[in-house]
Amino acid sequence: MTPANSLKKKNSIVSEFVALTQKQLFIPVAALLALIIFNLIADPSFFAIKLGHNSDGQPILSGYLITILDYGSELAILAIGMTLVTAASGGQDISVGAAIAIAGSVILKVLCGDNSRPDHMQAPIIVAFLVACVVAMLFGAFNGALVAFFKIQPMVATLILFTAGRSIAAWINNNELPIIAEPEFSYFGTFIPGIPIPTPVFIAIACMIVIFLVLKFTNLGLYSQAVGINPNSSRLNGINPAVVKLITYVILGLCVAVVGLIKVSRISTINYSVIAKDIEMDAILAVALGGNSLGGGKFNMPASIMGAYIIQFLTTTLYKFNVLSSALPAYKAVVVIILVVLSAPVVREKLAFSKKSRSSNKSVKEAA
Amino acid sequence: MKNQISSRKGLKGMSDTNLLLLITIVVFIIMYLMAVAFLGSGFLKPQNFFNILNENASLIILSCGMSLVMITGGIDISVGQLTALVCMSSAVLLDKNGGNVATSMALALVIGLAFGLVQGTLVAYLEIQPFIVSLAGLFFAKGLTTIVNATQFNVENQEFVKLKNTRIEIPFMGSVNKKGIYIPAYIEIGVIVALLVVILLFVLLRWTRLGRNFYAVGGNAQSARLLGINVKRTRFYAHLLCSVLAAIGGYVYFMHVGSGSPSHADGAEMNAIASSIVGGTMLTGGVGNIIGTFFGVLSLSTIKNIVSSLGLDEAWWTNITVAFMLCLFLLIQSIVLRRKAGAKK
Repeated sequence: MTPANSLKKKNSIVSEFVALTQKQLFIPVAALLALIIFNLIADPSFFAIKLGHNSDGQPILSGYLITILDYGSELAILAIGMTLVTAASGGQDISVGAAIAIAGSVILKVLCGDNSRPDHMQAPIIVAFLVACVVAMLFGAFNGALVAFFKIQPMVATLILFTAGRSIAAWINNNELPIIAEPEFSYFGTFIPGIPIPTPVFIAIACMIVIFLVLKFTNLGLYSQAVGINPNSSRLNGINPAVVKLITYVILGLCVAVVGLIKVSRISTINYSVIAKDIEMDAILAVALGGNSLGGGKFNMPASIMGAYIIQFLTTTLYKFNVLSSALPAYKAVVVIILVVLSAPVVREKLAFSKKSRSSNKSVKEAA
Repeated sequence: MKNQISSRKGLKGMSDTNLLLLITIVVFIIMYLMAVAFLGSGFLKPQNFFNILNENASLIILSCGMSLVMITGGIDISVGQLTALVCMSSAVLLDKNGGNVATSMALALVIGLAFGLVQGTLVAYLEIQPFIVSLAGLFFAKGLTTIVNATQFNVENQEFVKLKNTRIEIPFMGSVNKKGIYIPAYIEIGVIVALLVVILLFVLLRWTRLGRNFYAVGGNAQSARLLGINVKRTRFYAHLLCSVLAAIGGYVYFMHVGSGSPSHADGAEMNAIASSIVGGTMLTGGVGNIIGTFFGVLSLSTIKNIVSSLGLDEAWWTNITVAFMLCLFLLIQSIVLRRKAGAKK
């Protein structure tokens, strides 16, 4: 009696665990826990946060966790747009890095005018940002139009901008590297005097609130999932799939402009070939890590945002262990492979099948 | 099928593959003629044409592999970084570990096989999206290249340098320079390899069962399975072949530049995809032609040559024109697809 009971208990624990692995948030939470435990064992000082002063005597917080929050925020903003694009069009936009270069270049162009080393900014920052928003949304609309109206695979349609984007960015500023000396401009990417938390965190929180409200009070989320699951049946239900796809790309364009502002503000200048390099890969990874299907359909926005911070957690951890920045991709690739294999439908089916066979075994035993 | 049965003639009666191939070849010829007409004698010299081949031998091989994968409906964006990895590994083996040319070639093939096996398995048998798998492959190759060696260096192995500098002269195609000395036209060994690959793959795709299976799987995986084709194995072979070809292309690239560097062949995967698309391979699968891919590479590099001889030698114009070409051909494909859909109704 007792051994049979313990067997049953064991079985139920196993099946519960298997059921747990089927949950969408399982992968990001497990990845985050694994990273935290790894860091705790390797070096607990990873979690130390210090309150220091920067060169202007302003209070700032520093520490690896702050770095993760700081740089993860850029990624989180991109992940918001990327999640919507993935859900609606079943593909990813690989041009975001190049588009960030364009947006940053536009901001600097508007602020600097014709002179690449202006004493004063030629226009208010808000104007430059709005112009960059418009430009980035136009490029987003270009991508979206290719995907929505010409039915080109998203990754290939965005390949066009991926190829040309950095060149366009260099062309906008005539390949010069404008530098903005005024400290106000750097507030967006670093710290506002008196506030010890990096500004990108606030910007990211603002973006999250906006997208939360949009998803709550409009049909955007519902429509983009419907279009991603089945464009034809959503058309029959009165949704225009092309327009929904286009809108998601335009929203991604807006996210790109925000990240572009943060990026150029961090260093007050721009490097066309380096700015936001490979960020598209991280953004896609964030969506995948959040447990969202990269083939479109249902999505979970908080999971994606969490995925973005986990990616940054991983990157920062690797940096801390003195991994060369150029060797980082190899480690990330291993993580990606493990993740996609775990979340592959075939593997999941196998897991589910083993659970089923176990329960059927159980019933056979019980019958006996 | 309907198109072939019906007796309609002209463009409408052509299969998509042939129509796209025709467009590519016509575009290439028009472009080259325009270059000759407006930019003068430089383009008339045979050596100019051979130089295009010399510079793009590895790209031709990469694009051929890419076309195979794209015909089965997949994509492989790891080929560019695989090239860099092959260059770096071979270079390190030759100069720092006392290898010879044969072992470095073997190493290149092993790298290609390893990537092909893993990526093919993940794509075909675990049914993970090819883009994501090869994205991880790209990352992995990129990181591994710098782990093997982080800086650029030139290979000084005698045997290899001799191989690298081997030139094959083409009779009767040379030119006479201003001093009246005859300069023979030449091609590099890589070009021979590339042409062999083109011919072999053309034969494979047209006359072998595996080749026809590629088209069937890319055209409609469901009906291919109903016809008794092993869809998974076919996809697996396509990715395996693509990675092996990328390794061969990588070695050809290595023979062309003679050095190892993490930044080698940066973005080559995008050029390969662009060449395949310009060459009439459809991303949706089932349509494509190796000869078209060959002309796709030539068209893109001719455009680059034209752009640089127009005096627009700022680096960005090349990328912008390539992107424009890509856009144009994607739109053509989209229209062809729509025409097909319209014909079905």
